[in-house]
Amino acid sequence: MNVSQLVEPDRVHRRVYTDQQIFDREMTQIFERVWVYCGHDSQVPQVGDYYAFTIGRQPMFMVRGKDRQIHVLHNRCPHRGVQLCGNQKGNVGSALVCSYHAWSFHLDGRFRSTPLPHGYDGTRVNADNPDCSVKPAARVDAYRGFVFASLSASGPSLLEFLGEARVAFDDMCDRSPVGEVEVVPICHRVIQYSNWKFFMENQLDALHPSVTHQSTGVAAGRVEKKIKEATGAAPLYYHYLSAFASKFEQWDAVQTINFPRGHGILKAYMGLRPQDPDTRAHEAMLVEAYGAAKTEEYLSRSIHHVLVYPYLSVQSPLQQLRCLRPLAPGKTLSEIWHFRLKGAPEAIYRRSLWYYNLVNSPATMVNADDLENWTKGQWGLESDGGDWVSFHRNYGGDTEDGGVVYSNKGTSEAVMRNQFRAWSQYMADAQ
Amino acid sequence: MASKTTAKPSRTGKRAPGKNGAPGKRAAARSSAAARNSAAPRNNAAPRRTASGKAAASRRATSHAEAKPRARLAQEIVIEGAPIDAPTGAQAIAPDHTPRSAPSATPLVPHSPRPAPAHGPELDTQREIEQLLYRQSELLDAKLWQDYIDLFADDGVYWMPVAPDQTEWEGSPSIFAEDRYMMEVRMGRVSHPTAWSQAPMWGTSHVIGNVVIESASSGAWVVRSRFHMMELRRDTVRHFGGTYRHTLVRVDGQLKIKLQRVDMFNAQAPYDYVLQVWV
Repeated sequence: MNVSQLVEPDRVHRRVYTDQQIFDREMTQIFERVWVYCGHDSQVPQVGDYYAFTIGRQPMFMVRGKDRQIHVLHNRCPHRGVQLCGNQKGNVGSALVCSYHAWSFHLDGRFRSTPLPHGYDGTRVNADNPDCSVKPAARVDAYRGFVFASLSASGPSLLEFLGEARVAFDDMCDRSPVGEVEVVPICHRVIQYSNWKFFMENQLDALHPSVTHQSTGVAAGRVEKKIKEATGAAPLYYHYLSAFASKFEQWDAVQTINFPRGHGILKAYMGLRPQDPDTRAHEAMLVEAYGAAKTEEYLSRSIHHVLVYPYLSVQSPLQQLRCLRPLAPGKTLSEIWHFRLKGAPEAIYRRSLWYYNLVNSPATMVNADDLENWTKGQWGLESDGGDWVSFHRNYGGDTEDGGVVYSNKGTSEAVMRNQFRAWSQYMADAQ
Repeated sequence: MASKTTAKPSRTGKRAPGKNGAPGKRAAARSSAAARNSAAPRNNAAPRRTASGKAAASRRATSHAEAKPRARLAQEIVIEGAPIDAPTGAQAIAPDHTPRSAPSATPLVPHSPRPAPAHGPELDTQREIEQLLYRQSELLDAKLWQDYIDLFADDGVYWMPVAPDQTEWEGSPSIFAEDRYMMEVRMGRVSHPTAWSQAPMWGTSHVIGNVVIESASSGAWVVRSRFHMMELRRDTVRHFGGTYRHTLVRVDGQLKIKLQRVDMFNAQAPYDYVLQVWV
């Protein structure tokens, strides 16, 4: 298979969304090599707390060790392969003990003991044999409390990998007067019957909202107007929804910034700095903590959300994070998290919570129509009705500077072109 | 553990060595030597720790080490079982290995079922409430959204929490958390011609039962019931079940919903696709 023939600068072959072999290679060459988000430090506060997830096709878990460090391990007992953590989250106590034959391991994965240990006398089963310990991720690192792991011992560091996209975590944490966030320990999980790339492309696609989400935007706008007429002002969260029904020309004015490795930013459009008392109280806290100049720098970042390619969408101004775990060419799990700004007023959290519930819950009035499009898109691409997917909008009309592509029009498909540039590089590395 | 295992002479095991299946003196000596010496021969099943009080049992347990193959097969091993509170299995390896969360301090839905009254005015209320719940199911299945919303009091709320221990409809993540204004948005959305996810054939069938009045006080009733909803969308059937908990009030003589709490049985599972409207 020559993947370079499937991706051209302005179009891609449908197989990149549908082909099992390509999916397998994506797992090997991209997901099981790059830095993948595991979870937030605050998800496992106590020694022995664990959280299970996948990196590519690999069942993994992170666990808080006695050394207070977070260890990321393969969820597999080296004895007979049984998964060590049987739930999505929990606490294993002071040691990992396999449920099958009670092989036990320290919380960093090192071999600890077996029952009746003399049964292994003279064999290769002993504490010094790494095959007898739980296999760890090759590399683990964290940025501002967000924990990542890579299954590849070589490659860029976490900071190199994130590059400019690290602003996602800065933008979220800097809104806390102590510079930290903590996870809300509830995760919305939704399965999408479409290739993971549909989601990533859609995130920075500024043409789709007023088409896909018109119904919700219009309905919310009507109620927003009704509340305004009745009470003088509607809550900000109606605007979260009504903004989706903006005109094409307005969306075209929202720029995207596209970084190396496929990362990118959709700039802000919702006007999230209202001058209500809650916002002013929050800003005063930040000025107290950081000074006026830094506060202004932090709050004037124009971000709707930031993509960390190939699997993460961080909506930093509203503390939302969506993480993809691809399951098959046409099946993708999304894990959707919400965070609290430590030390910030409760009202700021509650305001962002409305976005989490309305847009990101399993009863979402927004993503419902995205999922419909992506499902139908997947079916269409699996058909023989045509071979190519077009990314021609504003082709040749973007500005590239130092490897960063700035869309001069918000609806430019520079986003998809840039993502496939990164995809091709990752996939070509395999050959 | 070795100390919990005894080897009894088989009815046919005439060649089992030693009295009552206990090892001969030579074997016992070797066994206790092995217990002290971690470099024991592999086939000698020495216990890891031989506390003096358990030595006899350990010796019994290791008796078959010396037995000839036929005699060994003929032995009848009886596992006596550990005392009820003794750590065994994984607990013996790591006593605090209890990867289960403690039961939530606040139960999902506090169970205080009251038997339905057999007669009298309370029975009339029970029937009136049941009729309201049946009507709710029929309106949802018929997609009569405005009529469904009108079942709610002006300050009524529809709420589907994610976790059973959530107690407030605002302030923590929910699957649905909608007052009448937000319900109007949802109704407007699903009725809009470009609600793309509404294009496929789609419908539900609700069944409601186990209706129990949990409490009644000065014009407010808390009613628990169970629902089962079958949904057909395109060619796929999904099933949802769970508990409703309605707080009902009387407004101008009519029962109205002040709060409809829906604890979906599978709320914390990943959602295949999404829920389009209220369950």
